[in-house]
Amino acid sequence: MRDVAIVSFAQAKNVRRELDANEVEMVMPVVREAVEQSGIPRREIDFTCSGSCDYLAGQPFSFVSALDAVGAWPPISESHVEMDGAWALYEAWVKIQIGDIDSALIYAFGKASMGDLPDVLTLQLDPYYMAPLSPDSVSLAALQARAYLETSGHSERDLAVIAARSRKDAKTNPAAQLTGDFDPERLLGDPYLVSPLRKHDCPPISDGAAAIVLAAGDLARKVSKRPAWIRGIDHRIEAHGLGNRDLAKSLSTAEAGRRAGVGDGNVDVAELHAPFTHQELILRDALGLANDVRVNPSGGPLAGNPMMVAGLARFGEAARLLMDGQASRAVAHATSGPCLQQNMVAVLEGE
Amino acid sequence: MSESTKPVTAIKAPVHLEFSYTAGRASTRFLHGMAEGKILGQRCPECGKVYVPPRGSCTICAVPTEAEVEVTGKGTVTTFCIVRIPSDSLSIDPPFTCAHILLDGADLPFFALIQECPFDEVRMGMRVEAVWVPKEELGPTFESIKYFRPIDEPDAAFESYKEHL
Repeated sequence: MRDVAIVSFAQAKNVRRELDANEVEMVMPVVREAVEQSGIPRREIDFTCSGSCDYLAGQPFSFVSALDAVGAWPPISESHVEMDGAWALYEAWVKIQIGDIDSALIYAFGKASMGDLPDVLTLQLDPYYMAPLSPDSVSLAALQARAYLETSGHSERDLAVIAARSRKDAKTNPAAQLTGDFDPERLLGDPYLVSPLRKHDCPPISDGAAAIVLAAGDLARKVSKRPAWIRGIDHRIEAHGLGNRDLAKSLSTAEAGRRAGVGDGNVDVAELHAPFTHQELILRDALGLANDVRVNPSGGPLAGNPMMVAGLARFGEAARLLMDGQASRAVAHATSGPCLQQNMVAVLEGE
Repeated sequence: MSESTKPVTAIKAPVHLEFSYTAGRASTRFLHGMAEGKILGQRCPECGKVYVPPRGSCTICAVPTEAEVEVTGKGTVTTFCIVRIPSDSLSIDPPFTCAHILLDGADLPFFALIQECPFDEVRMGMRVEAVWVPKEELGPTFESIKYFRPIDEPDAAFESYKEHL
């Protein structure tokens, strides 16, 4: 295996509704920042890969117009995944492993505010039996939360504590959308949104963009004092039909975590793509994280959840802690699909 | 074959989504210009190319384009075709002429209709001008320009537009 590291990360501030900038104008500043931070001249980056979703943009091939943000003339080597940018990072990592390239720019963007996000997310469901019933994303998460709370012994109070901690930690994250000091007991006084979930158990709807630069071996060492090395990475998917899965567990996360080597050493910090409070607990269980592992010091998706971006941002936030020397070994996780259907886990280490 | 063994060959699964498109900063400036009968582009601070319509970025230098440049409605046909395929989504009946037009002072040709010109007289290098809708009908839309028509000027030399085909 070739050594591959994250050498830079940038992200736009998560906002509920970006009215001024279109996607290109959102992506361009973060791409520039990530490329500048990387120390690799733009034209020397071997490969560009992005993650976004046409259903969010409401237009086919919307990612093609986003290329205006990266300078695709003269022509560049480029690819795109209709997924969270974390999967674009995975594609670039594989390409580096094959040995074709030594560096890659990964970016992701999502402007959920242009449409009605719960309606859009319904279209990712099985089109024959589920989508026609239009179950929205919050209701599906609530089915999972009920299954988890009943089988795990955790309480709604445990969920409120996660929401309060996330928003508090997010106060130091300039990109976060939802921050502040909240008392879990008071949060529990709020009405249910979809029982057993209250508003604080759900992520905000966000517009955002993020970018990461990957570099292999010597190049990473040359451009970065403290690259965030990807020591293991894997992703697994579960059945499309929600009834075929045990919603209270995340077997795909457990398997990806095992293959990525999460349990092979001490974990200082984990950035988990858990848009709903109960999903953080499911992921903790699946990854076998010890109780003292700090989760989502950035505030996580509960403080800002731009679709197609929030997973890549977990990789960026985890890498940043390593590059800053605040942690030595971190877990980064990204999810896709309803109720944690597909999961990617990586182990990152500082120098 | 009984009802219960007949294959189900189709189901209906109608999808309806509504989106509020965000034009973006550069296009917003351009569209406001259209409402005033002006054509506004933007110049790249690095390579100097002028983009009309502006896209907010230079696709070559990957930098934001912020300097605004007003160009006139005069330009050159860089390439063209004559469309004979009918389509319900068109507001015009075929045959009609489509062209790439490079406005004077711009570095990016755009797609537009050519009218008031017989088909056998349309040519590369032909000089044209924008025909606007009446003043009271101007709006923040590209449709404020109805089409382009030939003007009485000598054809542009191929050298002057060969980079913009």
